[in-house]
Amino acid sequence: MSSDFPATTFPRRDFLKAGGALLVGLTFAPRADAQQPPGGAIAGPFTPDPEQLDTWIAIHADNTATIFSASINRGGPRIRLAAADARQALLARASQQLGAPVERLTVSRGVVSVAGSPGQSVTYGALIGDRRFDVPYTGKAPVKDYRNHTIVGASVPRNDIPAKASGKYVYMQHVRVPGMLHGRVVRPRGQGAYGDGARVLSLDAGSIRDIPGARVVRRRDFVGVVASEEWDAVRAAQRLRVTWDQPASLPETPAALFERMRAAKTIDSVVMDRGGVDAAFASARHVVSHRFDSPYQIHAGFGPNCAIADVKTDSAVVMCSTQGPYATRAKIADVLEMPEGNITVRYYEGSGTFGRSCYDDVAQAAAVMSQETGAPVRVQFMRWDEHGWDNFGPAHTADVKIAADANGKLVAYQYHGWQHTWSVTDTTAQLAAGRPASEGQDGRAQSLTPTNTGEMYALPNWRIVNHRVPGLQGYFKGAPLRSPLDLAIAFGAEQVIDELAYLANMDPYVFRRQNMNGDRWLAVLNAAAEAAKWSPRKAAANLSKARVVKGRGIAVGTHLSSYGAAVAEIEVDRDTGVIVAKRMYGAIEAGQIVNPGFVENQITGMLVQAASRMLKEEVTFSRTNVTSVDWVSYPILRCSEAPEVFPVVVKRQDQPSTGVGEECIAAAAAAIANAFFDATGVRLREQPMTPPRVVAALRRA
Amino acid sequence: MATRLIVNQRMQDVDAAPDTPLLYILSNNLELQGPRFGCGLAQCGSCSVLLDGVEIRSCVTPLSAVAGKSVTTLEGLPALYAQQKKLASAPELHPLQQAVIDEQALQCGYCYNGQIIKGAELLSKNPQPSVEQIRTAMNGHLCRCGTYPRMIKAIQRASRAIAGGGR
Repeated sequence: MSSDFPATTFPRRDFLKAGGALLVGLTFAPRADAQQPPGGAIAGPFTPDPEQLDTWIAIHADNTATIFSASINRGGPRIRLAAADARQALLARASQQLGAPVERLTVSRGVVSVAGSPGQSVTYGALIGDRRFDVPYTGKAPVKDYRNHTIVGASVPRNDIPAKASGKYVYMQHVRVPGMLHGRVVRPRGQGAYGDGARVLSLDAGSIRDIPGARVVRRRDFVGVVASEEWDAVRAAQRLRVTWDQPASLPETPAALFERMRAAKTIDSVVMDRGGVDAAFASARHVVSHRFDSPYQIHAGFGPNCAIADVKTDSAVVMCSTQGPYATRAKIADVLEMPEGNITVRYYEGSGTFGRSCYDDVAQAAAVMSQETGAPVRVQFMRWDEHGWDNFGPAHTADVKIAADANGKLVAYQYHGWQHTWSVTDTTAQLAAGRPASEGQDGRAQSLTPTNTGEMYALPNWRIVNHRVPGLQGYFKGAPLRSPLDLAIAFGAEQVIDELAYLANMDPYVFRRQNMNGDRWLAVLNAAAEAAKWSPRKAAANLSKARVVKGRGIAVGTHLSSYGAAVAEIEVDRDTGVIVAKRMYGAIEAGQIVNPGFVENQITGMLVQAASRMLKEEVTFSRTNVTSVDWVSYPILRCSEAPEVFPVVVKRQDQPSTGVGEECIAAAAAAIANAFFDATGVRLREQPMTPPRVVAALRRA
Repeated sequence: MATRLIVNQRMQDVDAAPDTPLLYILSNNLELQGPRFGCGLAQCGSCSVLLDGVEIRSCVTPLSAVAGKSVTTLEGLPALYAQQKKLASAPELHPLQQAVIDEQALQCGYCYNGQIIKGAELLSKNPQPSVEQIRTAMNGHLCRCGTYPRMIKAIQRASRAIAGGGR
């Protein structure tokens, strides 16, 4: 492990200039994007750049610690090893100071004591004093056995919540700098096809003449306005008359979008081909085969993205909310045509981003506007900028086929999925720098994988075919949206499994139970079922003629690292087509759980967000542009519609920690789809499951 | 041309165009961090403040409409609560702010300015709301992280605290 993650020198950090500290740090990875990089999988061996130190622990003289790492999943094991190095170094110092061998020392809450000699103790802080110690990272110091953990595995309250509840917390949107101008971008109200971009045909600067404080900033097809008063910038952006060329190259309807994807010249890859799938289907007792369509969906951070840039002749400082400051720096360097090393990116928390929303776009926009005006510029996207120009979670269409034998054992599974991959070029780079639209290679999260496409089940015969759609030919910008692809995959895969259970005259939970792939999947499925007090019966066995009918559904799913299962209990108004998720149960098994309270909160959010995405969320568009540009045209779940939630954390403290933030949203979404069948005896194979779709499906039945 | 208004119980004379939305006055001129930009369309509730005790969307309320009136932001809630309850001094936090902490309700927390403002308005009018009343009152405040279930619990907890005479 130490050879993969070599030690490096700890660079001086501003916050460490005062007081003493003990430091252990390492460069974790050559990139810092929280999601898969546009270019796909992580590169091979690399040389750590001390300027890009991204995992470190600092113990301060006041006996507090600052820890910086990637997610618990990726950075957790390294931070544990770095902490062990720090502990070993501190124990050596304590041994000297206390005159006792290291073997006799114990540590609790940052205080080192000599066993059997209670008076002899010293704090970590006192050992550090006003000196600074750089401890080399070895990754070889002994770590504590998980059975002796006292804090890991217990719920600890978050320390950011008091400031957030009282209005003292500084979000990016609050940051101001002296001499700053307020900027707004001026774009068509809703993006068109990514491959086409948008061109300015004419711009009438005179249209904002009556707002004397405001002026136009333009570079190629990038248009913005700046003003010293924010309201002047807002008004000017709304009033500025620009005629745009946006080709009418988008599909005519949402349905036509999926036809276009299927008819496209795709790059096909067989991701999995185990056993003899065709022969197994031919001899199977029960076979189910259907098509499923899932739309583009928006990240829709609650505070639209915001950035401040102060660009000088040969240097720049950019403040923004980003999941990867180094990747953002490279993107800013590109539009400024300035060496990366001359650019500083300062991170400030924004609202939840749920993946790669348009935070790089706003950072680039602020940088371009600052470079053009020679003043610091704060760009706050308006709601329509954020909704209209997001990198959407890509649409997906699938043909899913599955078969079981007479005993209800799965014998064959085949999944064909179509989607384009993620876009690389941000809108500002496209408009201001003329950078062509381009796509990344398929990363693990933007093509089908065995992990999220079948691996939860024991499958003797199994085929997965990924059809990569050419994303520059009439589609939108795309980027990872929380649990990329998984929700769409589960929507299809978990419904056909349910249908097999129905054909086999079995309860859908019992059917899954006898087909799960291994104990960990079985345990998480059982946990969700037990939480919901699931009593076995065949689905749709209690159909009613009442106007409002009830149903329950169960499903499993993952985002490539952990184990997720969910149960949904819903009500369907058969007249209006309105579905309400009443109660949702979500279980996650993610190995060693560091803070169960956090995990419960994440599950809570995932259950609500799954209901929102499954019941409401869909990017709409015309031939030329996106038309879902605010919370009315792109509704999300509201408080009155929120389910009661029951999070279940399945602990496996002996296993490595994996992710929790995306791991049961797919199961929860599919559980809702299965509950709809239980309630109505009808399947919905297009989502979101909106009232018009529900009414139409019930009419057809 | 200054406009006079009261913000968190202090008189403020603001020199700005009268059609300027109150949000920009609070954020830029008065440097308050409670109300914040979310949509500019009165759709989400990020920018909510109390105007003479009633929740409004500051992103669409022009400065001229609040002249001479009393605005309370998230920062001013404890003092407003003290005034409403005739307490000798303002607590550090409004009971709902404390309940949000105790329930670990929020995730990113961006919408919690509005959630707390609206919840505090509800509790001032109806100190013992039912779950259905909470859901109805809070329905105009969106949360992208999906924290509604915990936010409902936080309002119930605050309701109990108020009934118990606690903070």
